[in-house]
Amino acid sequence: MSDQFVLRIFRGDQNGGEEREYYVPAIPGMVVLDAVHYVQAHDAPDLAVRWNCKAAHCGSCSAEINGMPKLMCKTRLDDYQGQVVHIQPMRTFPIIKDLVTDVSWNYEVAKKIPTFHPETAAPFRMQQWDVDRIQEFHHCIECFLCQDVCHVLRDHHAQDEYFGPRFMVKMAEFEMHPADRADRIPQLKNEAGIGMCNVTKCCTEVCPQHIHITDNAIIPLKERVADRYYDPIRSFFRRLGKKDESSQSVPTKG
Amino acid sequence: MNIETMETHSFDVLVLGSGGAGLRAAVEAAAGGGLSVAVIGKSLLGKAHTVMAEGGAAASIGNVDSRDSWQTHFYDTMKSGHYINNFRTVEVFAKEAPARVLELEQWGAVFDRTPEGLIMQRAFGGHSFRRLAHIGDRTGMELLRTLQYKAISMDISIFQEVTITRLLMDKDRIAGAFGYYRADGHFVVFKAKAVVLATGGWGKVYKVTSNSWESTGDGAAMAYRIGAELQDMEMVQFHPTGMVWPPGVAGLLVTEGVRGEGGILYNSEKERFMLRYDPERQELSTRDVVARSIFKEVQAGRGTPHGGAWLDISHKGADFIKRKLPGMYEQLLTLGDVDITKSPFEVAPTCHYTMGGVKAHAETCATNIPGLFAAGEVACGLHGANRLGGNSLADILVFGRRAGIAARDFAGSRKGDVNIPESQIEEEVTRVLEPFNRPNGENPYTIHEELQAVMSTHAGIVRDQQTLEEGLEKVLKLQERAKNMGAQGGRTYNPGWHAVFDVENMLTLSELIIRGALERKESRGAHWRTDYPDELEEMGKWNFVHEYSPDGDRIKRVPVPTMPLALQEICAKPLAPGREASDNPNQRKGASS
Repeated sequence: MSDQFVLRIFRGDQNGGEEREYYVPAIPGMVVLDAVHYVQAHDAPDLAVRWNCKAAHCGSCSAEINGMPKLMCKTRLDDYQGQVVHIQPMRTFPIIKDLVTDVSWNYEVAKKIPTFHPETAAPFRMQQWDVDRIQEFHHCIECFLCQDVCHVLRDHHAQDEYFGPRFMVKMAEFEMHPADRADRIPQLKNEAGIGMCNVTKCCTEVCPQHIHITDNAIIPLKERVADRYYDPIRSFFRRLGKKDESSQSVPTKG
Repeated sequence: MNIETMETHSFDVLVLGSGGAGLRAAVEAAAGGGLSVAVIGKSLLGKAHTVMAEGGAAASIGNVDSRDSWQTHFYDTMKSGHYINNFRTVEVFAKEAPARVLELEQWGAVFDRTPEGLIMQRAFGGHSFRRLAHIGDRTGMELLRTLQYKAISMDISIFQEVTITRLLMDKDRIAGAFGYYRADGHFVVFKAKAVVLATGGWGKVYKVTSNSWESTGDGAAMAYRIGAELQDMEMVQFHPTGMVWPPGVAGLLVTEGVRGEGGILYNSEKERFMLRYDPERQELSTRDVVARSIFKEVQAGRGTPHGGAWLDISHKGADFIKRKLPGMYEQLLTLGDVDITKSPFEVAPTCHYTMGGVKAHAETCATNIPGLFAAGEVACGLHGANRLGGNSLADILVFGRRAGIAARDFAGSRKGDVNIPESQIEEEVTRVLEPFNRPNGENPYTIHEELQAVMSTHAGIVRDQQTLEEGLEKVLKLQERAKNMGAQGGRTYNPGWHAVFDVENMLTLSELIIRGALERKESRGAHWRTDYPDELEEMGKWNFVHEYSPDGDRIKRVPVPTMPLALQEICAKPLAPGREASDNPNQRKGASS
């Protein structure tokens, strides 16, 4: 093991910036976040970085390490033995400074989703196998790496048309809860723009919590939308019944 | 700085802290309707230290062990706290915890299930029954996320990444808070009729710690400076099982759930040493006992290669471990290079929780400052000399709600406008900008590192008069040096500048920890003094209350409240209620299988 690592960290803000080089002594088992903290404590006290738990629970320290969206606290430096380690902020979100980006758009999206809406009062009777499926979605730490990598948001900047993978997972979590009665299918089709996802699975690949975002959340939700809106027989009966989905304050499952 | 044009907001209820206690308080304060409520967080929403809680929330729901009751939870909590807890706080807590947990399920939390389809509960250290409602090993995150989405669905203003540096007063009453946005450093004043302090603990004063950067005790230090009473500051919990190796991850928490699910501790001689220290409860003894036992084994030369103990759960099988402890499995695999389904791993004590804090009323969470309420880790009263695992998640629910109610009532009945003298704000603006006048001043990161070394050596898991006195001297010297801390760069997202205020707060509280530890001339719970190795009846009658004065800290001895007869009778039982007539069932048998 060499006795030091070479880091190139992006320094700058909305007016531009550049990578700067820093040297960090190697300590066994250290992660990228440790190295960034070393730089902060010794070379650049004003180096901006978000972090909280350093244990992959909080999802604050998202960045792009040698081009890959990752949590800095979960990325070991010895994985980059003999390489220069480039650390860049997430590219999909507007930069504030250095490694810190403005992720407030995600919090705006979160507010638009109708929360869990049970029709009966807790305690619920649910078997473990009833909840296994949604517990996977509860693993999400809101690191927004899936939002960062999603090309609908990253390359096409379609933030106005698509909520992004994180919120497909959140909607799946509510939608597939056995006790939930709210109906989010119209929202999924329209405002949330689930049709924008073309299943490239990039989000699943970068998820540090290993949530099968595409297979277990997005595709089943796409199926529900297709069943509702594109099944010719149901479509025929719907036109007969003229169900107006916007008439209730909290639309409930039919 | 023109104060007229400074960004100013007015709220009825201002909640400082966006962790579990803060969000629960805000949800309650806003529930009645009609009052404006705001939550201020130092981080992004949903990132607070609550996410680090892993094992579960303790509540005597009795889904797994039907003989559990509030009385047993009360008994366990008082016993674990070595009877310097406020009995009424504990009573309220034990009675209300079940309802608070069930309420979360109503809001979308999805706990693990029993075969009957109810909330699963697991065994934990010091709990007489399987009591911790949990979701694998990430219960805190589930709880915080649930409250986060509940809060954003209500009419609550949420301010993210705002640091509060000072509590503002209107004569003797609370009137709001002053702070800045971390993103660009611009100042903001919050006027409020009532303020809930839910700012968490200060575990960051120690070197080896499971705490995140946020745990710098801002709320407690700020409250102390305006005259709030702080109590039992010497009581700091060291969690027995932090990661030891590799050094990059030292201190990272290994949940007590590992022991709750059947993990066994061994020393280097393959001896299950907890049988010696606590034959009855073994690995599921309380945290103070287990941490001290590991420490003693290492001192006796029976430690692991990197100075800890072995923890082994591999006998439970890979499927079980990956299902019940998925986060731990992955954390140790990726960061610690060890597959816990196959081999034991090294653990050693890590600073985890601060039992002391702002003295809060048992029912209303009121402090001695009118209009200021405290809930969660920042508050003091529930845990006494040692906190039981799982009691903190239940604590933030029970007392977050109660603080919300009390703040709502206080704000609703407060007459007249809130007046904040401009001088308070002017002073604070000057103070907060001062570090920029000293670009070559002391580096706050260096002071912090030195403070952590001092506290770990002089006020850690083992203490005595001489080391404490030396530690106090060093902390006071650091406080002097800290007056010269400087910041480089501008006000845009500048962690070096932010660190100055964190370090000031930690220095204030470190001094109080040591002064409290010097005052408590006995060993009790987490406070272990080698020069006074026994728990003394006389010392058990007192809580130590710290009061700020311009001449320095003043410590008062305040009598521990006397329990009414009915509660005394519960505590006097030789065995926990519900277990006295039984065959003392082995807790570990079939736990959450």
